[in-house]
Amino acid sequence: MTIFRANITVNLRPSVLDPAGEASKEAALRLGIQGVNKIRIGKSILVEIEATNKEEAIQNIEMLSDRLLSNPVIENWTFDLNNIDLQQGA
Amino acid sequence: MSVGILVFPGSNCDRDVRWATEGCLGIPTKFIWHESTDLSGIDAIVLPGGFSYGDYLRCGAIARFAPALTSLIKFVNDGGKVLGICNGFQILTELGLLPGVLIRNKQLNFICKNIDLCIESQRTNWFSEYQAQTNIKLPIAHGEGCFYCDDDTLKEIQDNDSIALRYHSNPNGSTFDIAGITNKKGNVLGMMPHPERACDADLGNLDGRKILESLIS
Repeated sequence: MTIFRANITVNLRPSVLDPAGEASKEAALRLGIQGVNKIRIGKSILVEIEATNKEEAIQNIEMLSDRLLSNPVIENWTFDLNNIDLQQGA
Repeated sequence: MSVGILVFPGSNCDRDVRWATEGCLGIPTKFIWHESTDLSGIDAIVLPGGFSYGDYLRCGAIARFAPALTSLIKFVNDGGKVLGICNGFQILTELGLLPGVLIRNKQLNFICKNIDLCIESQRTNWFSEYQAQTNIKLPIAHGEGCFYCDDDTLKEIQDNDSIALRYHSNPNGSTFDIAGITNKKGNVLGMMPHPERACDADLGNLDGRKILESLIS
């Protein structure tokens, strides 16, 4: 088995209002930073998962992202599985 | 006839519901721990308010995988009545038994107050005891009670006459002022307001009684 590491990003769909992002945008002005046009707050989730191969890892991460880590009604997700830097013997 | 209340780690309105159904309305009621799959002898189920699993990830997102909910889906498919209040409503949407989702209140604040509502539909027997377009007042208490759905879903629930309750003055940014909806079949009701907090004369409001009475009607 190989241990894969996935960095999953969950973001609100563009059509969904993000009041926390809007409030943060206002705070950015108070911090004195001009020109912030958009702040959208999402989640970054680190998952390490054992799988026999990359395809199996991708399949499981996709299911995890779609059915647990995000709600497809309001959120989109992406992930990268490029950091396959943890490996152990079968 | 008896009512079951599903209890999750973090539920905090379970005893309030039991006081309302059993103490105020005289309906035999029992708690069902979320790990149980046995719903035998139960005629209607309430998913109470609170913060199941600390609202981790999203409200209701982890509770939806509780073993009891596998039995709940079968219960619903067999026509059993299920009422989700506040966090219970959030769980029902995460579970896919009701459309849409509840997200953070538009103004970000946690709102705890009595609010005026309009009963929009008498299609289901949850509200058959009320007159059409009746106004009632119930308490709300939520930080993530903004009902959201896309335009297609809104049209679908409108076409199905599934909008049960609407706010007179929208407190949280909910789509179309929606405070509660039913499923197409009509046996599942989800609502953000708390009818169980309006069943005891000592509390000065009895507007929630008929909703809880309809659990066993």
